[in-house]
Amino acid sequence: MTSSLLANLLTEPPGVAHYMTVGAVMFVCGAMCMATKRNALGVLMGIELVLNGANLNFIAFGSKYLDNGGPQLGLDGSLIALFVIVLAAAEAAVALAIALNFYNNHDSIDVDRADQLQG
Amino acid sequence: MDLTPATALPKLLAAAWLLPLASFVVILFVGKRLGPHGKWAGYLAVGAIVSAFLLSCVAMFAVWLPNHELPVAHHGEHHDEGDQHDGAPADDDHQHGTAALLQDAPLTACADHDSPFQLAAFQENEAHADGHAVEEGHAANPPPTYYFGDWYSLGQFGALKLTIGYYIDALTVTMFCMVTLIASCVHIYALGYMHDELHDPYHDHEVIVHGHHLHRPGRFHRFFQYLSLFCFSMLGIVIAGNVAMVFVFWELVGICSYFLIGFYFERHSASTAANKAFIVNRVGDFGMLIGMMALWASLGTFAFGDKQDAKGQTVLTESGAIAEPGIFSQLRTAENGYRLVPPASMIAEETRNDPAIEAEDAAAGKAGHWLLLVAGVGIFCGCVGKSAQFPLHVWLPDAMEGPTPVSALVHSATMVAAGVYLVGRFYPAFCPEALLVIAIIGCITLSLAATIAITATDIKRVLAYSTVSQLGYMMLALGLGGWIAGLFHLITHAFFKSLLFMCSGSVIHAVHTNDMTEMGGLRKKMPITAYTMLIGCLAIIGAGVPLTPIGFSGYFSKDSIIEQAWSHAQTNGGVYWAFLAMAVIGASMTAFYMFRLWFMTFTGAPRDHHKYDHAHESPRVMTGPLVLLAIFAIAVAWPAFRLTGLLEQAQPVGTAAGGSGVLIEDLVVPAEHLSHAPNIKLRAGLAAFSSAFIGVFGAAVVYLWGYLNPREIKQTFKPIYTLLWNKWYFDQLYNFLFIQPALFIGRQIAAFDRGVIDWFLHACAWTVRLFSMVFDVVFDRTLVDGTVNTAANWTWDFGLLLRRFQTGSLRQYVLFIVMGTWFMCLAYFAAAFVLMS
Repeated sequence: MTSSLLANLLTEPPGVAHYMTVGAVMFVCGAMCMATKRNALGVLMGIELVLNGANLNFIAFGSKYLDNGGPQLGLDGSLIALFVIVLAAAEAAVALAIALNFYNNHDSIDVDRADQLQG
Repeated sequence: MDLTPATALPKLLAAAWLLPLASFVVILFVGKRLGPHGKWAGYLAVGAIVSAFLLSCVAMFAVWLPNHELPVAHHGEHHDEGDQHDGAPADDDHQHGTAALLQDAPLTACADHDSPFQLAAFQENEAHADGHAVEEGHAANPPPTYYFGDWYSLGQFGALKLTIGYYIDALTVTMFCMVTLIASCVHIYALGYMHDELHDPYHDHEVIVHGHHLHRPGRFHRFFQYLSLFCFSMLGIVIAGNVAMVFVFWELVGICSYFLIGFYFERHSASTAANKAFIVNRVGDFGMLIGMMALWASLGTFAFGDKQDAKGQTVLTESGAIAEPGIFSQLRTAENGYRLVPPASMIAEETRNDPAIEAEDAAAGKAGHWLLLVAGVGIFCGCVGKSAQFPLHVWLPDAMEGPTPVSALVHSATMVAAGVYLVGRFYPAFCPEALLVIAIIGCITLSLAATIAITATDIKRVLAYSTVSQLGYMMLALGLGGWIAGLFHLITHAFFKSLLFMCSGSVIHAVHTNDMTEMGGLRKKMPITAYTMLIGCLAIIGAGVPLTPIGFSGYFSKDSIIEQAWSHAQTNGGVYWAFLAMAVIGASMTAFYMFRLWFMTFTGAPRDHHKYDHAHESPRVMTGPLVLLAIFAIAVAWPAFRLTGLLEQAQPVGTAAGGSGVLIEDLVVPAEHLSHAPNIKLRAGLAAFSSAFIGVFGAAVVYLWGYLNPREIKQTFKPIYTLLWNKWYFDQLYNFLFIQPALFIGRQIAAFDRGVIDWFLHACAWTVRLFSMVFDVVFDRTLVDGTVNTAANWTWDFGLLLRRFQTGSLRQYVLFIVMGTWFMCLAYFAAAFVLMS
């Protein structure tokens, strides 16, 4: 089943499924980055990857040039993607402020040392 | 205005009766705010009672007298000099006055009836008996002797009918005038006497609190508030149309006397005196309740009179019988010639149903008489309490603790008069044996009190015992058949006794002591008080020129009592002469102690110079009433004013004829007119005069001229003196007989309470406590607490478990999120797969 799905992807012209595949790869990369990086900035980058992976899906569903064989989001997909970008910018601002403060207090941005709130 | 008696009298007297109540209510709610320190409250009360007096006068002179012609006086015929002031037509029958005949008509119906009065009476009685000649009878009918009706019906419970009603006859109207007049004088006098109470704070020098005299707010308005209620209650008794209403106002009088005797309630003596008066009266009232029950249970009514129509005529049924007969008509029916015969309802049922017993009883004629005796003596018990007769006389002298105006009112017009008045009102219901009891009690009281008064030195106590003694005279007269004599003395006594008390109050006001041994020579300092009091003394001893109609008021009333005693003794003979002897000796003692009082207070050298120097005549607001009352004390009984004629009109039908005993067979109550026989009148008059003269002479010898030293007499008769000084040891006797046993029983019951009842309660408490302790351990701590604690422990453990996941490592959290999402997706797909397949 897996081989047939991969064969389809390779034989079909580029469509929604291809975009979703790329988005899924980006998402998983981002999640792995968040889970493995000890550097706080690395974690932030992982978050950006996760968000943009998701954005890619929205764009793909909103595009009128790509046929997914069902109803389309249309302009809504692009709008949600824009919203997520704004959200990511705001989140990055807050997260960088936290990181900066953390650095001021601990001379480090190693997230493993940020465990004061453990139970 | 409509002045027909049947409509006008109830309205006028009701207004006179309710005015003091209105004053009471107003003072009760806003009294303190009426003028400075409630000063206008006094004026309000005075206004109410004076208006009541004026209304009573209107009732008397504009309504009663014009419609009820007075019977021809007896006094004119029997005083030798003749007293033909009213030009009475010479009556052909000297033994029977017309009025007497009017009431005796059925008895003497066979006698010649030639005067219009007799004819009318005869016709009326025939009309009532036959029942068909009512219309003809009306033409010559004399006006009804009483007016009876109801203002308001409180309710009917089966046969028990409770109403607020009136019974108005000449006695009621006379009492109204007398009570309101004396009460007006007392009110006005009290404006001056109670002046100190206007000070705020008032200093009571007889009460020491924490080493200082008591300071309290003045109670001027409260005094007048109680006085108003007192007058209202007394007038209520007088106007009452049924026994239940009498009883209600009877108790109201009792509570008012309690308030007033205890007016200075911070003084221990005053509060105990008030309690004593109240409790002693309750003893008498208990007897009265028994009498009321006996009458109601057998006669089924509380009403005095028969039901009347709007014109004051008795309502008759078709058959000519009285529609709703009252107590008196049931006891004295026209068929029995107005003699006192117990009706069938008073005779025990088995007697009525068993012919053998009935025949036996009828032969003896005794059936029902015992019940009649119980009822009569029961009602009299109430009067014994209220009128301070032996053995319940002990409260009256202690009642001196009240302010003097109260004493004047209590001792003349209100409280003690109520008892004598009730005996007079209930007179038709007293059988001769009950009358004998009344006479014996009266006789004992009069002599006992007179002896105590001889040794007393407190000026008010002398007067108090003199009141008790004079009340004994009234009861004696009533008991011996002298209805008019007794009530005549009640009215004359009210005037001179209130006068005497107010004079003594004036003296006390001046010298600030009650003790006569600290007075003396006050005549020069306070002449008005001295000479008005002299008039009072002369009136009470019955001073007058024997065998002539010239004298003070007491002369007429006391003579008529002694005449009645003489007549009674002559009829019955034997031991009954003792009544007469005691009455005459009592008159002598009265004269002695009254003049002892007057000489000690007003003549001789001052015994206490300090007090003498400060003495002064009382203000005019106090002497004014004295002078007014003195005039009445002199003149109220003068034949020209026809007071006895008025009382004769009120004499209950059938009682003038006297009667003879059934249970005591040889007891005869003589008809009252027999006492006016010339030979009795002559002897009685001389006896009364000489006894009074001896008394005054004795007092003068000891206290005025000083031929005998009182101290030596005291030494000579030491045992007797000690006995009298201690008031025959009655207080000690009652203390020993009733108070100590009551306290002993009280202590025993208290011990029982503590030993048994408290023990039981404690045992109950311990049991409950023990049970709860066991319950606590067994149920609460294990089951309830266990459940709650288990739930808490679970929560705790669960919390500890979750704590492990809170590692604080960011990367781990991310892992959890990813894993969680992963598992959720997995679960979703698994579920979808299961559902699809």
